Amino acid sequence: MSRAVKIPLAFLAAVAAMAVIGPFLSPHEYMTTNFDHLLAAPGSGSAHVFGTDDLGRDLFVRTMMGIRITLTVAIVASLVSLVIGVAYGAIAGFAGGRVDAVMMRFVDTLYALPFIFFVILLMVAFERNFLLIFVAIGAVNWLDMARIVRGQTLSLREREFVAAARLTGVSSWRIITRHIAPNLLGIVIVYVTLAIPQAILVESFLSFLGLGVQEPQTSLGALVNAGVGHMETAAWTLLIPAGVLALILLCFNFLGDGLRDQFDARKAR
Amino acid sequence: MLRYTLFRILGAIPTLLLVIALAFMMVRAAPGGPFDAEYIPSTEVEKNLRDAYGLDDPLPQQFLTYLSGLLRGDLGPSIRQTGYSVAELIGEALPYSFLLGATAMLLALLLGVGAGTVAALRQGSLLDRTITGLSLTGISIPVFVVAPVLVLLFAVKLQWLPAGWGSARGAATWVLPVVTLALPQLAYVARLMRASMIDVLSSDFVRTARAQGLGTATIVRVHALKPAMLPVISYLGPAVAGILTGSVVVEEVFGIPGLGEMFVRAALNRDYTLVLGVVVFYASLIVALNLVVDILYGVIDPRVRYR
Repeated sequence: MSRAVKIPLAFLAAVAAMAVIGPFLSPHEYMTTNFDHLLAAPGSGSAHVFGTDDLGRDLFVRTMMGIRITLTVAIVASLVSLVIGVAYGAIAGFAGGRVDAVMMRFVDTLYALPFIFFVILLMVAFERNFLLIFVAIGAVNWLDMARIVRGQTLSLREREFVAAARLTGVSSWRIITRHIAPNLLGIVIVYVTLAIPQAILVESFLSFLGLGVQEPQTSLGALVNAGVGHMETAAWTLLIPAGVLALILLCFNFLGDGLRDQFDARKAR
Repeated sequence: MLRYTLFRILGAIPTLLLVIALAFMMVRAAPGGPFDAEYIPSTEVEKNLRDAYGLDDPLPQQFLTYLSGLLRGDLGPSIRQTGYSVAELIGEALPYSFLLGATAMLLALLLGVGAGTVAALRQGSLLDRTITGLSLTGISIPVFVVAPVLVLLFAVKLQWLPAGWGSARGAATWVLPVVTLALPQLAYVARLMRASMIDVLSSDFVRTARAQGLGTATIVRVHALKPAMLPVISYLGPAVAGILTGSVVVEEVFGIPGLGEMFVRAALNRDYTLVLGVVVFYASLIVALNLVVDILYGVIDPRVRYR
């Protein structure tokens, strides 16, 4: 592994580990209010490392809970988009011809849509629940995956080992699952790494607008939103969750980039 | 060229219909009716109301009624803001959003193309690595993080610029919103431009131009810029979508009374018709822009016309 992969991976592992362990180490609960310590400043001297919010809740624990929710939503949503995208792309690429043309034309059509507004419409029209957030984000993000998998499948389909398998009478289904899918793995991993920050963006965008995760549950987007209201008197309520969110997004994007470079380099050789 | 253009326009119509149908169905499938919040004296009154809005007609007929209204620019009445039509409300908010979005887009394109070209010309240098790193950062950090942090820095701490709407200081009020909105698109355009410029600069015709003794500036201006712009042009559609999404946040943070802010308020108030109207408006805008981009592509690169 190159340094471009290792460094962001290490950061992400550290952040995830903190989010899992952190709340257990702190004496505070994420939803316990303390009206003697409203907007307490962060610092080593204080009982609250990251300070408290406008209801006196410990910001460290809330940030960790926010990371948990944000990462969970993003990873599950990316898996949803992975399943849809890979299945769709592999079928289109393997079928080829007219089926492929129609299927990809549909993807092109969907690409032209302002999806985020449909997601908001969806959140407005139905009750806001967690499951819907996953579905909505997954439904947005599968398009890229479908395009990439389809392109890759199209080129794999013409390769000698697939022709050989076909000649020996292997069924189409078996060719897809045994010969094509394993060869898609590398590129799929790269694009999942890039799909996760996309999903984080959508989730925190919705939460920032007040349409996502609901109180007392929280996510990084919701924390940033809460921080905006107090930034003039208590800048940390904005800067801490904003910084954590930016760090996570940066790491995922750098990781994806690094993985892609590595993958491309191997392909070029 | 005419054939190509006509073909593209015909292709855009089903997309637009699909979008409108999808949005319309979503709103109709939603639980709860438009009169839930109102006091209805009797079932008879309710029936009259439903008749007036045609809510008991079969769904396909309602859709056709909505479509024919759309053709006349009629998006129906707002449910929450009684007395106003959706078209009126959009018309009031649109100028702010348009000014904001167009300025940001222009800024992103000019600076993005410039930065990308400079980075490509000095590939591997410190300047190149700085631009590449900054643009990846710009892509990663969302607008709703950049916006409040810039406000905190430039408006609250340094007090160089006004924080929001209303503290009328003319053009200065626009600086922070426009910059915030432009940043991620600028970063993306710079990245695209750098990659495609590197590609073009290593092509045969550039080598020939060099062999003829042309200077770098002339080669870039006369030969390389146009083909290198192609990926940027095809990115215009997604860029506009990104600007629209971003403007929702920027208008919210800076308190600009534009479409995005109105959309969020409508979404939180469950003003179905207004939300539907804005989605249909945005979708039509994006489909239309993609159409323009397709046609523009055909003008710049004649090869795509025959595909």
